[in-house]
This record gives sequence, structure tokens and C-alpha cells, in this order.
Amino acid sequence: MAEQGLIERSAIELEGVVKEYLSHGEVVQAVKGVTLDIAEGEFFSLLGPSGCGKTTTMRMIAGFEEPSKGVVRLHGQDVTNVPPNRRDVNMVFQSYALFPHMSVWDNVAFGLKQKKTPQEEIRRRVGEMLEIVDLGGREKRRPRELSGGQQQRVALARALVNRPRALLLDEPLGALDLKLRQAMQLELKRIQREVGITFVYVTHDQSEALTMSDRIAVMNDGLVEQLAGPREIYERPASTFVAGFIGTSNLLSGTAAGGVLETGGGRVLVPGHDGEVSVTIRPEKIRISADKPDGELSALPGTVAEVVYLGTYTSYAVTLADGAEITVFQQNAQDATTTAERGDSVWLSWQARHSYVMESR
Amino acid sequence: MRRLTPYLLALPGWMWLAIFLVVPLAAMASVSLQTGNVIDGFVMTFSVSNYGDAIGGYSTQLVRSLVYGACATVAMLVIGYPVAYWIAFKGGSRKSVYLFLLLLPFFVSFVLRTISWGFLLADDGVLLGTLKSWGLLPAGFHVLATAFAVVAGLTYNWLPFMILPIYVALERVDPRVVEAAQDLYATRGAAFRKVVLPLSLPGVFAGVLMTFVPATADPVNAQVLGGTGNTMIGNIIQTEYLVNNDYPTASALSFTLMAVLLVGIFAYARVLGTENVLEAAAR
Repeated sequence: MAEQGLIERSAIELEGVVKEYLSHGEVVQAVKGVTLDIAEGEFFSLLGPSGCGKTTTMRMIAGFEEPSKGVVRLHGQDVTNVPPNRRDVNMVFQSYALFPHMSVWDNVAFGLKQKKTPQEEIRRRVGEMLEIVDLGGREKRRPRELSGGQQQRVALARALVNRPRALLLDEPLGALDLKLRQAMQLELKRIQREVGITFVYVTHDQSEALTMSDRIAVMNDGLVEQLAGPREIYERPASTFVAGFIGTSNLLSGTAAGGVLETGGGRVLVPGHDGEVSVTIRPEKIRISADKPDGELSALPGTVAEVVYLGTYTSYAVTLADGAEITVFQQNAQDATTTAERGDSVWLSWQARHSYVMESR
Repeated sequence: MRRLTPYLLALPGWMWLAIFLVVPLAAMASVSLQTGNVIDGFVMTFSVSNYGDAIGGYSTQLVRSLVYGACATVAMLVIGYPVAYWIAFKGGSRKSVYLFLLLLPFFVSFVLRTISWGFLLADDGVLLGTLKSWGLLPAGFHVLATAFAVVAGLTYNWLPFMILPIYVALERVDPRVVEAAQDLYATRGAAFRKVVLPLSLPGVFAGVLMTFVPATADPVNAQVLGGTGNTMIGNIIQTEYLVNNDYPTASALSFTLMAVLLVGIFAYARVLGTENVLEAAAR
């Protein structure tokens, strides 16, 4: 470890972690072998549908669950069998789990009191933290007297005040309404930059993960399907599952020959691929036009089945000759050109680099 | 009409209270101030001295009742809390089975159950007789007719009323809150003391109320298990009414007991009221 400090150090490492439990006499694997390396100061998301093992994975990092196999390391130290109260990570719980019988102040001071921090320091740090989360003046309130957003910030303060090496957040914004959720996303990101602590964020909301994360592990059925930055996850999904789970995407499949996939009365450019392939195209990368486009483009003819005006953009559902349906988003910019109507015959086109090709295994 | 609806809905309840609580209480209050005997009849003489005589004559039994009731309540708390805790947190899918088992004894008459305890604890009954025949206990050893037997009987009879409210309070504690405490460096013990215990105190509060009052006033356990030396105030009231037919003394004693219990409860609620308990526990 000579380069320590020069390269990013690991905050959290999972090595072949498996979690099995018994359900009606049968062994079920909630997590089937996850290996992750989360860097210090990183905003890392575990993203996936419910039941994919993301929460179990986080609970193993926190220490509430013991892995059946594998190793958990915090800052290089093996903590696989260390109980949660002796791990230097703190958690923000789904639905917050604030202590209902304590004031805001006592909630936030709980961890420091347990660690026998001197009174004077507790006073200072709790006060500072309540300022950071904008709850100054509400110290004496009980959790139930606060709004959802305020409770959320108490939960955050209660964890952050201990200056943990990593903060674990379990769907922390799930209970908030959309507007507040968006505001809290930015707020969380700001706080994370300010305190410089590693955040591990569990969510099933792909837009939330894309907005905030440095890196995302997309989980499905107890395994990590893809581990990459938001842009790469969105634009170059590693599997059909990831493509389907992240955003809206179109999927075409067939047999390619010489880098071209003939399908639905048109052609899709898949340079360098041959044989069985599936192609993912994001709806906003597709152009819609009345005439067949010129140039080296993927182009498919179809009929407009549905037009939905959505304010900043319009969503078209276009049916291809073979019955497949393609979704297209078109920005409603000031120079918006084509406005196709229901029933119109149109051409869909996109550049070769916007086709994300997976060879079928 | 619509504005009257809530009052009309409450009417049966108020009628019930009026007919079965206020009227008998008023009648008893009146009797407690009368003098006379059952043959010549009782006359209202506003004889407040009935109270003085009753209290003076039976202060031993009154104090003994409060002590026995308190001992039984403490015993119920010590036995009941772990049971409630276990059912609430470790009961899993069988919680309702355990609760049913807890209530099963109520399908047998209260007096009958107490008499059965009399058999069990008899000087040469199943338990003591066996132990004596093995030479593990001296021949003269006995449990019946001791304070221990009475307190044990009281504890047994009202234990479920202690367990149920505590169970309800514990059941409502979100396990995530306990995890949160552990995540914030609390050991299991500290998480219990700082979070679970304070959150269950409203249940403890209710359990104590629901057991201390009936246990203190109970005549059956003292009569069946206590022998002559452990008479409680409930026995005295019963005897004065049914044997001596001294209605004024019995009424005065009943009121005295009620007053003592009410004062005790208000003091208890004042000192240990739910809010205060929570405040104290949060420190």
C-alpha cells in the first residue's frame, strides 16, 4: 500500500459476500456473491427492484446481518463478525427510525453520548450539525411534531454528527413527495460534498441514483448486473435487465450480418457485430421524420400509434412493420420541426453510436 | 339533530355509569353514615365516627392489603415483563398462540383456580407432600396460611393483566428503532435501557394500575390461601356485610379503601405520568 493517499483508498470492500436464510425449510439466497470496492468519499448507489438484495447488502455493511460467506472490510479492516455498535459506519433508515420519546436534540446527541464524548463537545457538534441540516431552533421538538422532510434531516443529522467513515442510506427519500424529494437530492449531494464522507445509497428509483451517484451498482436477483458511472449505465447498459430497468429504452433483436441488422422493414447499424444480437436505443436519441433520411444512419419505417405531449418533450409510440413498438422522445425546442400525428407513416433514424449492442449468449 | 348525535351515542354509556356506579355509590355513601342494626333498621344520623371506628379497628388489615397488593404487583412486573418481551420480540408467527395460552386459565372460574392452588400447596399435597416424603423438607414445613401463599396467589391470578398491556406497548416498538440505537454505538443492554424500556413504560403504567387495584381489594386469595393470620381488607368488608350485617361499617371501609386507592393512583400518575416517564427516560 505504498501509494496510499495518492490513489483512492477503499472505504468499503465486499468480497464474494453471500447471504442465505431459511424460509419454510428451504435455503434462499438473498445475496448470491457480491464483490464491491467503494472508494473513500464516493457517492455510491445500490440500485435495483425490491427483492434484489440491495437492502440485505447494505445491512451486511452496517452489521445487522452476518454474511453466510465472504468478507466485509471497512477501511481495510475485516469487520465481517463485528456487531453494528462497534462499526464506524452509521445508517439513515427507511422511514427514519427516530427515537419517538426523545427530542430532536437528544436524537442527534444519542450516538455521541453512547461514545462518552465530553458534554462540551456534544453540545458544540450537535448544535453545528443541526445548523447544517437547517433545524436550528427546533431542538426541543419531538419527531412526531416535525414534517416528513424535517424528520428526514434529523435522521441525517443523527448519523452524520458521529462523523462516521461511511454513511449508509436506505431509501431515505422514499416517504417524501416528489418536490421535496428533488430538493433533498440536491441537499444530500451538497452535504456529502461538505462533509466529504462516503455515502452508500440504496434505492429503487433510477432517476435518484442517476442524479446523485458517482458510481452505481445495478443489482438484480442477488447479483450485481453492472457497476459503472451513471452515464455509462444509462448509455451503455451491460445487460437487457439494466437497459430495461434504467429509464425507458427500446429493444430490438435479430440476426446481424456484416454489421447490419435487418428488421421491421428497415436496417439497424451494428458495426462489428454478427449473429444473434439485441440492440438497445434510448428514446431521446431517435429522430422522427416524414421522409427516409439520408446518410449512414439506422433507419426504420413505422406508423405513429400514440402521441403524448409532456411539456418539455413529446412521447411518440411508433409501431414497426413487424408489430414491435418503439418509443421516441422529441424535445419541444423552439425550432421543433416535425410534428407527427397519430396514424402518420414516419421514419425513425439514429446514429450508429447510439445503438447499444449486446451479443446474445 | 346532527349536533346532538354524539351525545345520543354516548347516552347508553352515561346511563350505565349512572345506574350501576353513581346510584349504588350514593346509596353506599348514605349507609356509611347511618347507625342502627339489621333487626331494628338503620337510621341516617350523619355519624362520621363510623369512618373513624372502621379505620381504627381494621388499620392492620388495610395496611396489610396495600403491602400484599404492592408485593404482588412487583412480582407480576418482574415475572410479566420478560414474558411480554419474549412474546413481542421472539414470538414470531406464534404470537397469538402464546397470548391464547396466557388467557387459557380464564376459562376456569377464578375461585376454582385459587382453590386448586390450595390443593397444590397443601401441607401434604402433591408438591409439599412429595418433597417431605423424600426428606427434602421438614415435616412441619407449610406454605398455606402464610403471607407468601397469599401474595403468590394474587400474583398468579392477575399476571395476565400485567403482561397484556406491556405486550401491547412492546409490540408497537419498531425493531428498526432498536437497530438505530445499536447503529449509534449502543450495546444490546444500552439499547434496551435507552429505547425499548422507555417506550414500553406506558404499558407498565397501565399494567400496574390494572393489577394493583384488584389485587389489593381481593378477598378470595386471602380466604383460600391465607388462613387466619393474613386477612385482607376485602375479607373484613365481606364479613361485615354478610356475616355481621353491619352495613355502615362495611360501607365506610369500602369507601376508605376506594379513597386510599384513588389517592395512591393519582399520586402514582402524577409522579410517573406517561409524559414524565418518557422525559426522564430520554435523559
